[in-house]
Amino acid sequence: MSTASPATGTIAIAMSGGVDSSTVAAMLRAEGHDVIGLTLQLWDQNRLAGKPGMPTRSTGRCCSLDDVYDARRVAETLEIPYYVVNQQERFEHDVVQPFVNDYLAGRTPIPCSLCNNHLKFDQLLRTARQIGAERIATGHYARNEYDPARGRWILKRPADLAKDQTWFLFGLTQEQLAHTLFPLGNLTKPEVREIARESHLALADKPDSQEICFIPGGNYKQFIANYLEEQGQPMPDSSGELVSTAGEPMGKHEGIHNFTIGQRKGLGLTSPNPLYVLQIDRDSRRVTVGGESELNTATLNVHRLNWISIPSLDAPLRVQVKIRHVHEPSPALIEPEGEDRVRITFDEPQRAITPGHSAVFYDGIEVVGGGWIL
Amino acid sequence: MRRVYMDANATTPLLPEVMEAMRPYWMEHFGNASSIHQHGQRARTAVDQARDVLAEFFGCHPAEVVFTSGGTEGDNTALFGLLHPGDHLITTSIEHSAVLAAADRLARDGVSTTRVDPQPNGLIDPMDILRAIRPETRLISVMLANNETGVVQPVEEIGRIAAQTGVFFHIDAVQGAGKVPIDVQKIGCHVLTISGHKMHAPKGVGAMYVRKGTPLDPMFVGGSHERRRRAGTENVPAIVGLAKATEAAMHSLDSGVLHRLAGLRDRLEAGILEQIPGTGVNGAGVPRAANTTNIWFDQLEGEALVIALDLKGISVSGGSACHSGATEPSHVLMAMGLDKTRARASLRFSLLKTATDADIDYVLDVLPAAVERLRELAPAPDPIPDTSVPALAEAAG
Repeated sequence: MSTASPATGTIAIAMSGGVDSSTVAAMLRAEGHDVIGLTLQLWDQNRLAGKPGMPTRSTGRCCSLDDVYDARRVAETLEIPYYVVNQQERFEHDVVQPFVNDYLAGRTPIPCSLCNNHLKFDQLLRTARQIGAERIATGHYARNEYDPARGRWILKRPADLAKDQTWFLFGLTQEQLAHTLFPLGNLTKPEVREIARESHLALADKPDSQEICFIPGGNYKQFIANYLEEQGQPMPDSSGELVSTAGEPMGKHEGIHNFTIGQRKGLGLTSPNPLYVLQIDRDSRRVTVGGESELNTATLNVHRLNWISIPSLDAPLRVQVKIRHVHEPSPALIEPEGEDRVRITFDEPQRAITPGHSAVFYDGIEVVGGGWIL
Repeated sequence: MRRVYMDANATTPLLPEVMEAMRPYWMEHFGNASSIHQHGQRARTAVDQARDVLAEFFGCHPAEVVFTSGGTEGDNTALFGLLHPGDHLITTSIEHSAVLAAADRLARDGVSTTRVDPQPNGLIDPMDILRAIRPETRLISVMLANNETGVVQPVEEIGRIAAQTGVFFHIDAVQGAGKVPIDVQKIGCHVLTISGHKMHAPKGVGAMYVRKGTPLDPMFVGGSHERRRRAGTENVPAIVGLAKATEAAMHSLDSGVLHRLAGLRDRLEAGILEQIPGTGVNGAGVPRAANTTNIWFDQLEGEALVIALDLKGISVSGGSACHSGATEPSHVLMAMGLDKTRARASLRFSLLKTATDADIDYVLDVLPAAVERLRELAPAPDPIPDTSVPALAEAAG
């Protein structure tokens, strides 16, 4: 187990070409650290360009030539060594294919968490250490501190709660946290942009990225169709019935991957009261719809767990649980339920609990751990 | 930090005498070689003298030398200038992309291409070229020395096949020039391409041999420069530099410089194989350019090793840079039958003629520790499966 080590040695910065990671580079350089810039080449934006629903040229945010160019220009401005690392195959295998599989199985995936777990804090950290760096720094809004009393690295919510990215980071192991710096954890976004300006970074006013990086334009259904076609795989027929909570047929749908829990648009149903997707059943291909009040659920199970502030969950624990990026952590009880599985009971039922998403457990600003919603 | 440059096949620095030879042609003798007056005549003289040097280098008549902007232009011109709809091209799967991408473009115009694969040692079998000949075959395009492995191809045998079958023959000699003797009469080629910056001349200049009477359509049209083979005002300083570098190349071919270089390369190669387990040479046991060795390393990513070495002051390369600057596995090594993992884990060391024993010592000092660190931190063997999606059908149930 790694313990707290002094902030020496070379730091590799994961540079995306955005403002946040560029500012990290400027800050660490100004502090006199020995730094290297690394950009992961994850996806060739031109692969599906021009297919139905896709932009003809690469206009996507991450991995587009523009972003690599921006990152390189920052590295040149700061006069730091800079390299682009090819992780396209790993990204396709560990992020894109699970993304497609999840949707086809009626779940709603979070590719950013998979990318963090499998690419940024695994492959990139490994590459960084292989080439002689001691740790990596990223532009995530999060804090990471070693607690000698517990002998553990603790992931904490950042000063700017509106930019909190800890929900995407719950999968980090102690080993990964021990080699990771989040220099923006105590800053707000406006402060970061100000530092970028003061550092004469040309991209200080570049807009934030929002969409899934490998789906320029954001049309995930078209992406799935195009990707399957490119792979020579038929689009599986998962069409079926829309049913009420009582099991009564309400209509037909063209595939379960078109739905996510809590979705209201695109159901093709007319009803006096708004209808929402409540449940997606992969085996029967049934999509259950109902009123808004029926979206609320108090209990859920998660698996594929990772623990951060505690070594393991051995007894029920009062925490706050966050189940989607825009969700405020809500009070709940978590209880171990067999190997690698936890049962969550919210004090108040929560809206649209979504299989495929993650549930992250907080104790105040500390991340206790998390898992994937079943 | 000491810096050792072992990427001569990417580019080379100017020789001091090349820089000196070029110097008067920027500001003093700046004339346009097409002009009638003394300024123009001075420039014309420089270009004519340079043409004589290149003619001697190729073993041809000066009228058969065409100055270009470099290797890509020469390769493109050979293909685009000789091939027409319905024609058939024979080339190899280990050519530079300047040839392969030109062939891809020509496919749109109805030119079919056969890409002959090398043997596992990197050599093209001339019999494979012969077997690929068809009635509509118009051009054979083969490189003299491969940029990644240094393997020297049997171009004279291929030249005899071209002569016997009445097919045009282009040689991409960009990597061979200055490292392997060139005699266009012995090779029997119709077009041969070289690039300046691979042989200590500036970037942006090159030359072609075009045999008299070869019906090579120009890529650029305009003025009557280069006997109408290549329109555009001559880049006089760069052409002067190319001639000076060519003189140096001819000298090094005759003077034992290459023998010394091969000795250094062999010592580097032997040292790596001896000190680092799980290594081997790509393209071993066949004729190679004296300055090049391509080595595979088990259990590591070549891309990370290139970066690690760079941070230790050693410039080498692995694979080919894609548009973003990330590394793609070498198509040359893949064509030789290496799997993707090994192709990714292969590095090219290409020595400058000025390489020293101290350079070799430094690499042999730094490399084993760098490889060891990479291997220590490498993930457990977990080859990335094919990009097919076997789980999909199951997932959708």
